Amino acid sequence: MESFGDLIAADDVLFFVNAAITATGQREFHSDEGAQQLSLDFLHAYMLGNYRDLYAGVLALDINDHNAALIIRRLLETAAEAIADQRRSEGRLIAGRLALLPPQRVYGLFRSLRRSGVNNRRTRALLRDWLSARPDLALDAVKYRSGLKQALRHTHLAPGDAEVGTFLFAPQSSAHYDTPILETWRRAHYEQTAVYELPYTVAEGFAAKHGIPRGVFLERIAPRLTRVERLRLQQTARQHGPAAMEAIGTDLSRMPLTRLAGYVLSLPAAERVSRREELTGALRTAAARVAGRHRGRWGQVTAVLDDSFSSYGSGVKRQRPLVVALACHYLLEALAGRYTGLWTSGRGDALLAHPVGPTPLGERILDALSTAPERLVIVSDGWDNAPPGLAGEVLRVWRTRLDPDRRTSVVHLNPVYDATGFDVRRLSSSVPTAGIRDAEDLPALVEIAQFAEGRTGLAELRTYLDARAAQLPPIPQRPAERSPR
Amino acid sequence: MTSHGLDADMSVTRAGLLDGLMTRPGQVWGAVRLVPLVRAEPVQDLRLHPQIYGGPGVVDLPGRRHYLSYIPHGFVAEWTTDGSPAAAYGTQLSSGQPQQPVATLRLQFHRRMARREARHRLRFLPLHLALEGYLALHFGGPAIAWEEWSRQALSQGLSPRAEAAYLGADVPGLADALRVFEIHPGQCGVLVYLADALAAAFVVPHPEDYRVLHPTLVQDLYGDLVHHYATLMPPVPDFRARITDHGIRSLDELRAAARQQTAQWADFHDETMAAGLLGQANTWQRVYRMDRFTLSRFLPPFRPKQDNHIGEAITDEHGRTVYLKTFRLSENQVRRGHLLNRLAAHDWHLADTAAELGIDEAQFGLRLKTAGFGHLLRQDVLDRYRSRAQATNR
Repeated sequence: MESFGDLIAADDVLFFVNAAITATGQREFHSDEGAQQLSLDFLHAYMLGNYRDLYAGVLALDINDHNAALIIRRLLETAAEAIADQRRSEGRLIAGRLALLPPQRVYGLFRSLRRSGVNNRRTRALLRDWLSARPDLALDAVKYRSGLKQALRHTHLAPGDAEVGTFLFAPQSSAHYDTPILETWRRAHYEQTAVYELPYTVAEGFAAKHGIPRGVFLERIAPRLTRVERLRLQQTARQHGPAAMEAIGTDLSRMPLTRLAGYVLSLPAAERVSRREELTGALRTAAARVAGRHRGRWGQVTAVLDDSFSSYGSGVKRQRPLVVALACHYLLEALAGRYTGLWTSGRGDALLAHPVGPTPLGERILDALSTAPERLVIVSDGWDNAPPGLAGEVLRVWRTRLDPDRRTSVVHLNPVYDATGFDVRRLSSSVPTAGIRDAEDLPALVEIAQFAEGRTGLAELRTYLDARAAQLPPIPQRPAERSPR
Repeated sequence: MTSHGLDADMSVTRAGLLDGLMTRPGQVWGAVRLVPLVRAEPVQDLRLHPQIYGGPGVVDLPGRRHYLSYIPHGFVAEWTTDGSPAAAYGTQLSSGQPQQPVATLRLQFHRRMARREARHRLRFLPLHLALEGYLALHFGGPAIAWEEWSRQALSQGLSPRAEAAYLGADVPGLADALRVFEIHPGQCGVLVYLADALAAAFVVPHPEDYRVLHPTLVQDLYGDLVHHYATLMPPVPDFRARITDHGIRSLDELRAAARQQTAQWADFHDETMAAGLLGQANTWQRVYRMDRFTLSRFLPPFRPKQDNHIGEAITDEHGRTVYLKTFRLSENQVRRGHLLNRLAAHDWHLADTAAELGIDEAQFGLRLKTAGFGHLLRQDVLDRYRSRAQATNR
């Protein structure tokens, strides 16, 4: 038998998970940056103060990197308050999550720890372990030079490699480096060919210094581009002639689904029409890859997808809610046996989706229910305004009067954090709502949404968190030899 | 009544003001409620003149040779041939030919053009012209030269008159509300409520015009009252849909119930929320007629302590509104309008008017002065009133 307190705890955690998936402290359509950050700060402080171990446990879930870094920072800042058991499990969770975070995030995290003056033993140990697990520290030294330098300086660690130390703290003092990438960096100061052997972000600075034309630069740096850089540079390359385009051109079908959807929506409508085959094919392939073994096994699925004006997001999160909706559209198509996708604007061509008009969600849900689906998935920011609250009413009446046996399962996925409500906005209490950031998480989120329906309690939630924690990458082994500074 | 000759044309009845427009569910942001008005069939042959606001180019109309366009008063544009800015003097109608001259007022950029009356309180010219225009046109000044009136009142009337108002950008929450507002397909108008008091109505002929002009609502003028409401009032509640679930046994019945919710809201809005504007018995003045369109201005009956909206409208041959812009007068403006209205009704005779209001002539004269019309009375007359009032007070 669960106590009342347990139920509240489970509820709070789910609340927080939704926020940690969707909120990035950036401006959203309905609230500005300050409100977002203030609201998120409160949630973090509340969770840390009341449920420290659950708060740490959330690190194992698919929360976004921004929140993962915030959680790690707060845990390290308050290391003294943790008891021995908590420290062990926290250390494990933090190390596991650090291994998943992109390196620039980790360097950013250590920079913020430096700013707030946190330099305890755990912090030093974590950085040491993380650094020793880096595959190529010399590359990090070139690519994230100031980040690595500040982190080492703050924690008084010596880099394993003496040459990296020289490179970071007195780069011009050496006439020659034995490490190839460092030597390339040194030569790139006066030799144009060396520029193209550096990572793109570093080479870009040198190219500007040498005055290399953009088109030529793009063409020759192409082999060094990462997958995401390649996608980002598609349109730039297009402007710089066929040669650059040829070099940068990428096989879109290998791109992750949500990123690909973002790329498609960034294209002008005319181009989307002219490249319809290619884009649709790429989206379908990406979706099929995400669906994996679940492909075609979800039965009859109907989705209600929000392309109202508010799905524009904001200048910093441009069209993010619409991107998620478009990616979900293709993913659900892959998962379903028979699929119907309904956009709130009433338009049928998913590829040409753009944010416009009001949100007549209630009407569209009625349309969706009349296709008699086994699963109804709603992707919307929860601002239902034509008329307000109709979607909630329709879902409530449907649940209580027309489908009390739950033949149709309904899930609402919301890509936008609502700063004033400290949660993602809900449509109705009878329908579970989960935050969503990447469409790739959709299958897992539908699972979490079951918790949100209030049919499972704290014990199940803890088991779930522990199971997820076990899936985190293991703590990297400490290297045997460490050179003291 | 005045030298401008008011034409009390009551052919546009109360229902007619929003005829042909359907009310869609409103959207709320803080204390602001925006209620969209949607036209089933856009008006194709009357468009905003594209040159005056420099927006998207002329829209080609298949199967039509030309269309009329109107030039709203408030939009300043590079209109003159030498490129200097000018404001259209009042709303005008013109046919689509670009060479046709438009009556404009050259703008003089000196400090009076946009003058800050107080902090966050701006008096600025373009829309101001309209407001001044409304009032000055109606109240040209005394029609009979009773001896009490000053020389200025007789020679120049009430003009020039200045009314202070707030710029929309200074009305708290309005700019945000307009930003997050989701424009409906086919939307041709909007009613702006602040703290559920109707602040302005705005209707254009075509959805594309509306899309362009939607952001200009923050550059419009709003009265004191509206500004105070917006500053002081807490957020207004949404009118959320409520479906009673008794008797719903199928999806079709649920759909019908949902439809009914939308219809109920529209009825409630038109009969209750917009009643102040739709219900007021306006005095209409026809300004100009071109082809099937008529441009008119209207004045409220100036009932104190009630909604009073002044505005201008273009109607088609069936009396349907194709363009509408209104301004809600503040309490002070209503009081002033009321005084002038009564004066005009009694041919500007002070004693008669005072008698109708149930006060004596001296009190009425002083009331005119407190309302800001002291300069209309001769100084010696005013002094006499003041001493008489002091004598009675003693």
